[in-house]
Amino acid sequence: MALVSEVTELFESAKSGERRSLSRLLSLIEEGAESPVEFGSASSLGITGPPGVGKSTLIGRMIDVWVERGESVAVLAVDPSSPRSGGALLGDRMRMSNADSSDLVFVRSLATRNHPGGLMDCLTPMVDVLAACGWQNILIETVGAGQSEIRVVAFADRILLVDGPDRGDIIQAEKAGIMELADLIAINKADLPDAQRAANSVISALLVGSDENTPDVLLVSAHSGEGVAEMIDALAETSTTPDRERLRVRERLISAWDSALLTSSGFDDTLAALEAGSITLREAVAQIKNGN
Amino acid sequence: MRIVVAKPGLDGHDRGAKVIARALRDGGHEVIYTGLRRTPAEIVRIVIDEDAAAVGLSSLSGAHGVLIPRVCEGLREAGMDDVVVFAGGIIPEHDRPRLFAEGVRAVFGPGTTTGEILDFLSKLEDRAEAGEATGVGEEAGWHW
Repeated sequence: MALVSEVTELFESAKSGERRSLSRLLSLIEEGAESPVEFGSASSLGITGPPGVGKSTLIGRMIDVWVERGESVAVLAVDPSSPRSGGALLGDRMRMSNADSSDLVFVRSLATRNHPGGLMDCLTPMVDVLAACGWQNILIETVGAGQSEIRVVAFADRILLVDGPDRGDIIQAEKAGIMELADLIAINKADLPDAQRAANSVISALLVGSDENTPDVLLVSAHSGEGVAEMIDALAETSTTPDRERLRVRERLISAWDSALLTSSGFDDTLAALEAGSITLREAVAQIKNGN
Repeated sequence: MRIVVAKPGLDGHDRGAKVIARALRDGGHEVIYTGLRRTPAEIVRIVIDEDAAAVGLSSLSGAHGVLIPRVCEGLREAGMDDVVVFAGGIIPEHDRPRLFAEGVRAVFGPGTTTGEILDFLSKLEDRAEAGEATGVGEEAGWHW
């Protein structure tokens, strides 16, 4: 575990603009070091959506717009770790190739590292540190493919859901429960036919729900850049709703709970007893709740 | 270990780099792949932002003699002396001593098994544990 003095020293240096210190500090926090910044003091934008929908490319375009406006951008790009080897292949930044030449851009690839319960509670302190070091726009990117990814993106304060026209239907996103979390929805690949139809189907899906504050649905093209600046302006004006805020906090709580369960001392014994058939599932839950 | 796998310069083939990236992942490492056609300055920036311990440079175009030393130099200038640089691709035997002199710690040519590269990485970990230098800006007096 990192020394407090090391963290403080790196933080001071990172605040003065030293990238290496910032980068090292983020690693220490990822490994569990105490953050030097007040917890939850900054806000972030989560960007999620199904695989292949163009999230990274779109972020690359968003970066261009912000940089042109003189604003800084930091991206935390999260990809899964291999459950077997524990390794990870992190390739998001190859789609943001303009990102590596401007001082206004910082991109860090993060592996999920198979934390129990999918809990990535390092994200909040990382966002806090980035904001304290002056980064204006802070993004968390994750693939919205399943429950564990929802848990990751739930650590952001607002969520942009990206979808595309070539995926057939929006049912996948609905199934995964991401739609309910989204504060803004972008249909990417607007340069392809059927984008408007996809947008319409998303809008009608939203209208079926009981939520009165349905998110706006915008068409963008990460390929041509069309609609990206407008989307950024819309994002600035988009706020979350208490309902969605609650859903995100709920996801965070559930992943923290799962993490506590999976790392609890009696878990393995209870599991073994359950496997041997000596207790029932209900008794197992009671046992874990009682902490023995 | 966090490792950047990069393609410097103009060559357009990254099958090899992708195979290596995959193999390193399967060996339990976190691999950041940069994509094609990166400048040495961009690669240095990526190594800094990603807080990587090592960078593997893949070169098939014949420009290794220019591009790889530039990455090494850039890392040293940025104060990233402890980062390990290794290379792979089409790099003739007679060009290798110069790269080693630049601080490159291994050059893997065609026919190298992925196992050998993983062995090299565990050797790096052993050396780090023993307090022996491996970085591009350090006096290691050693290469694979």
